[in-house]
Amino acid sequence: MPEAKITIRDLYLRYSDGKEALKHISLDIQPNAITVVFGPAGGGKSSLLKVLNRLIDLSDVEEMSGEVRMGKLDILERGLDVVGLRRRIGVVFSRPIPLPLTIFQNISFGLEVAGMRDKDELRARVEKALKQAVLWEEIYDRLDDPAASLSGGQQQRLCLARVLALEPEVIMLDEPTSALDPVSTAKIEEFLQEAKKDYTILLAPHNQQQAARMSDYAAFFLQGELVEYAGGSDMFMNPKDKRSQDYVQGRFG
Amino acid sequence: MIEYPQYKKPFYALSKQNSQKVGFSFIRLITLVTILPILGIIAYIVFKGAGSITWEFLTAMPSDGMRAGGILPAIVGTFYLMIGTAIFSIPLGIAAGIYLSEYAADNRWTRLIRIAIVSLAGVPSVVYGLFGLGLFVLFFKFGISILSASLTLSIMTLPVIISTTEESLRSVPYRFRVVGVSLGGTQWQTIRRVILPQALPGIVTGIILGLERAVGETAPILFTGATFFLPHLPGSPMDATMALPYHIYVISTQVPGMPSGIQYGTVLVLLAFVLGMNLIASLIRSRARARRQW
Amino acid sequence: MKRSERFIANSIKIAGSSSILFILLIFFFLVKEGLPALGEVSFKNLFSLRWYPIEELFGILPLISGSLVVTLTSILIALPLGVGTAIYIGEIAPKKIKEILKPTVEIMAGIPSVVLGFIGIQALSPFLRTFLNLPTGLTALSGAILLALIAIPSIVSIAEDALYAVPNSYRDASYALGATQWQTIWGVVMPSARSGLMTAVMLGIGRSLGETMAVMMVTGNAATSFAGLKSIIMPVRTMTATIASEMGEVASSSVHYHVLFFIGIILFIFSLIINISSSSLQGKTKQEKGQVVS
Repeated sequence: MPEAKITIRDLYLRYSDGKEALKHISLDIQPNAITVVFGPAGGGKSSLLKVLNRLIDLSDVEEMSGEVRMGKLDILERGLDVVGLRRRIGVVFSRPIPLPLTIFQNISFGLEVAGMRDKDELRARVEKALKQAVLWEEIYDRLDDPAASLSGGQQQRLCLARVLALEPEVIMLDEPTSALDPVSTAKIEEFLQEAKKDYTILLAPHNQQQAARMSDYAAFFLQGELVEYAGGSDMFMNPKDKRSQDYVQGRFG
Repeated sequence: MIEYPQYKKPFYALSKQNSQKVGFSFIRLITLVTILPILGIIAYIVFKGAGSITWEFLTAMPSDGMRAGGILPAIVGTFYLMIGTAIFSIPLGIAAGIYLSEYAADNRWTRLIRIAIVSLAGVPSVVYGLFGLGLFVLFFKFGISILSASLTLSIMTLPVIISTTEESLRSVPYRFRVVGVSLGGTQWQTIRRVILPQALPGIVTGIILGLERAVGETAPILFTGATFFLPHLPGSPMDATMALPYHIYVISTQVPGMPSGIQYGTVLVLLAFVLGMNLIASLIRSRARARRQW
Repeated sequence: MKRSERFIANSIKIAGSSSILFILLIFFFLVKEGLPALGEVSFKNLFSLRWYPIEELFGILPLISGSLVVTLTSILIALPLGVGTAIYIGEIAPKKIKEILKPTVEIMAGIPSVVLGFIGIQALSPFLRTFLNLPTGLTALSGAILLALIAIPSIVSIAEDALYAVPNSYRDASYALGATQWQTIWGVVMPSARSGLMTAVMLGIGRSLGETMAVMMVTGNAATSFAGLKSIIMPVRTMTATIASEMGEVASSSVHYHVLFFIGIILFIFSLIINISSSSLQGKTKQEKGQVVS
């Protein structure tokens, strides 16, 4: 096994309302692979993703402990440069949320706030990101239109493109296709399969089928606990834990 | 929970439908009584004042003890006061609005700020005048000047700008802030590039409405900046100035034998000034509403 | 980058707290200039019934009663008109008429009080004098009518918000029981909107009490003592008008000057009580953060 991209040790998270979202999770996330984080709603998937790029800072947290490292970087460190972290770990949300800007500005936003000023360089990066997200062909002639004018599927690929533009190391997707039609879903899945050779991908899938289809590794979360962590085919063909067995075979959830 | 209505017996014997008809007619009548005087007043002022509005009236100095000539110094003075008020109140008001909407935690201090804003909004205008006299005119020794009057009007205008700024910012969906931050923007970068532009039309509308009120006020400038008569235009912020509202007060109560044409003309100019700002504000608002993407 | 971010955040935080500073400054300067009055004028004099500063008679009771007479009369006029109009706009009016009425009310709010005072002198007072056969038209009633025009817009907008906040399910439940729209308005909507309507009344009182110019121009400015109902058709002098008309003529730091500031303190405290208590009546609005990361 190659060295893990992100190592999580004994991660514990409790919100101010008393809810224990993550109960002592330990997990190694492998580079250049798709790790699927799945389980019933409220199991801790989203909380985990929020911790990894510290969007958790926007929530009311009562206690967070344990250790999360990406290489030498201590992700849970108080004084961490969270802005830099978020550029390295990008996230795509479950609903497409285009910023109320133009298509171009949606993608250049992250680059500009990172200090990129050169017009040509911005243009090149935007084009590259749109091509990666397989959106360029559809919209190259209306980059200055409002992003809200795109269709839902296009908007979600735009959201993907603006993460890619930052050239992150890790891409996290939280049920990215839950609001999309099958064709758009297929486009995104296709992209992910292609992209895993360059990125570390964390996917909270939209359903079981997607989980099985996409996973190189799979982590099953239930009520804040990591029940089982295994290779993708092992998890879905031959789960070891009784609870993951039941869930995978559709007995609950 | 739904509270079930309990009806009192009608005090006159009418069927339900008829009592509704009578009731509605009554409410309509009340509305007419409320609205008509205002429309009547505006129409009356336009009718009586329009004849006096000439180029000379707008651009000449007053003459013959203000009983002839124009009202240029009052127009210019009001304009200066508006600019002065804008300079001080806009940056401070917007910043405070941003603080309340984006930065402030829900704690005691914030609640104290809110109480202060509500209180500021309710302070009578003449008390602002006293305050301006005490602080700016006498304590800071700015004298009776455009500067003192503008500062006084600014503080009076502040609550309007703060509240509309906060309200406009809050109406921008929270999800944009999360996305902005998730893309590596700092909080301020996200506010400035994404949230603020979306809130801008609402903020501008609030600023205009706040300045509109400031421009029409008399009491706060009575002892801080307004002067009865000035033979020339004010040359610096330290000069006292004439202003339209104060001028109206003067020529309608303090100058005997004032030709009514000049009185109504002056009132019409102020009214046009104020209602013009009102119109601009509502145009901005409706345009922004039509363009909104969320 | 990081340093500028912190600088901006800090400036915004300071600006956010500025309102507290200003309200304290206002209070401080009113007290600084007004409190000496208590040492210079005997208690008996200050709370006597004679306001005659030239003879060192500083009885503020007639001024307080003048303010109260004018304010209460104005609210008696403004309340039914304002709430009725709000009911019409909020519950009855067809959409098109609503879209005309709302901006009209806003325009009403924008008319400077000095303009209303002018119309009061020109049209209202002469009319009231002949209509009621009075020795002078410059009475508390004239002032109250103008004040009603000033208070109505805020009453309408707050009352309308209060009606709007009543959930539609209440109305539906009432209709389901066979009530007419009219019965629903009286039996269900109005009672549910009670606290909002109270706020409207309180803020209306606050506006009226603090209003200066219109009152000063039409109430005759005679510091008469309270004479029961008859006070309404007699000339009166309010606290605000006293400050506005006399501050310009007094030497600073004279006894008269201090007493005028002392009246300012009274006004300030009145406005604080009214505004803070009415804002605590009103519910707080909190931003829905919403779930982005599901």
